Amino acid sequence: MSESSTRDPAGARAHARAMAGIRVEAMPTVPAVCAADRPAGVPAEAMLWEETLAAGGYASKILRRGARVRLLDVHGDACVSMLLFNAECPVERLNVADTVKVQWNAYLGAGRLLLSDMGRVLASILEDDTDGHDIFCGPSNEAANARKYGIGANWGAHPNARDRLLLGAARHGLGRKDIHPCINWFKPVRVAPDGATLLDAGPYAPGRALTLRAEMDLILILANCPHVLDPRPGYAVTAARVSAWRGPVTPEDDPVRNASPESLRAFLNVEEYFRR
Amino acid sequence: MSSREEVLLDEIVPARAPWDHVLRRRETLRIVDLEGNQSADFLLYALHDDAERYSAQDTIAAQRNVYLKTGSVLYSNEGNPMARIVASTVERHDTIGGACSCESNTLRYGHHTKSHHSCVDNFLHANTRHGRGKRDMVSNINWFMNVPVEADGALGIVDGISAPGLHVELLAEMDLVVVISNCPQINNPCNAFNPTPLRVIIKGPGRIEACSPRS
Repeated sequence: MSESSTRDPAGARAHARAMAGIRVEAMPTVPAVCAADRPAGVPAEAMLWEETLAAGGYASKILRRGARVRLLDVHGDACVSMLLFNAECPVERLNVADTVKVQWNAYLGAGRLLLSDMGRVLASILEDDTDGHDIFCGPSNEAANARKYGIGANWGAHPNARDRLLLGAARHGLGRKDIHPCINWFKPVRVAPDGATLLDAGPYAPGRALTLRAEMDLILILANCPHVLDPRPGYAVTAARVSAWRGPVTPEDDPVRNASPESLRAFLNVEEYFRR
Repeated sequence: MSSREEVLLDEIVPARAPWDHVLRRRETLRIVDLEGNQSADFLLYALHDDAERYSAQDTIAAQRNVYLKTGSVLYSNEGNPMARIVASTVERHDTIGGACSCESNTLRYGHHTKSHHSCVDNFLHANTRHGRGKRDMVSNINWFMNVPVEADGALGIVDGISAPGLHVELLAEMDLVVVISNCPQINNPCNAFNPTPLRVIIKGPGRIEACSPRS
């Protein structure tokens, strides 16, 4: 048996340090100013975050009011589940029921708002060239993935979105009670006249993207797992990239802010919150 | 020896009031819309682990339909069946419209409605007595409430399809805490603009009775 190169601390250190500089697809770019996929028109120094999520990956970030967030479906089969919290007071969080009820519409797209349970807008959708999203079906869980793939546990090859969201939320001191109903980006679910949920699982052309604007200071939690109703037998999901950069706080003449009386009041409530 | 269904509870939930109760596995809960088109906002928690609770999204995904009807199984956020609808004399019920709150009232109707009673107030008031709080607020069920979704995604709380005396009945699949807000909303048609009482009836397997030599 040959002597191992990691038999002592110096050898183990050399072995560990020799990994420096390895690039894989699913990883963060640190620092973000070195982002390889910087969105057009964004100066390098404005970049706050670039990270590619693997199939089954998750990530989280605190973002300040005004920050822009682009979600990119790198290969055409991403399914990004998202939780949103008010970073300053995380008991305020995304409320999917208020989001659809207040806007009188259940389909997300450019110009729509993501509303909190406190009558405020957490984020706006500025751009969206996808085919739609899902606000009805929620994340997969261990039981669902076990039925589909045999093992649904987080430690296995088919991690479920609920556990991934939980791990992201736990990084911010949050727990099981904080995994609120989520949005699934990139996988459109529409409702038939009889109430049936119709998922178009794709895959789609690579490079679809949407851009959000943070309207409050946010904790953003993302998990990239197959849609819970995806009919394909395999663990059908591909990488997603998240990019964030600094941007101005929404001005009073913003068209999204002023698009409807409900939208205007959601922004007025945010502006009142920050009046201190 | 014999066992039979016994009425364990038969109460009126006053207009605008919250109500909560334990519902054991195999017990049934009937909610009666006494005067018609009265939304019963409704949440479930697992009795022994209230981080496990009703999940509208898991329920919708499991049945691949947004409307709750006879036969619908109400799932938890952990993917476990909590209860099933064993009877409903109303065609369908809502689970996407959520609960009204002071804050959402300011968006939907204007800041003059912030002081109105709301379901979130009712849920919080009932839950905080048992150590639960705002983190325990999730998308709920609205029994007897009508929220159609149209082809372009347009949706809204519209005139109800319930009527006086119609009911829904659930069978518990695990030991549960049931929390109801008898919706106090007066700014939309969910209560026909007039909150009214509900009746709740819990039935369960009767106690085993001792044999006695009666003639």
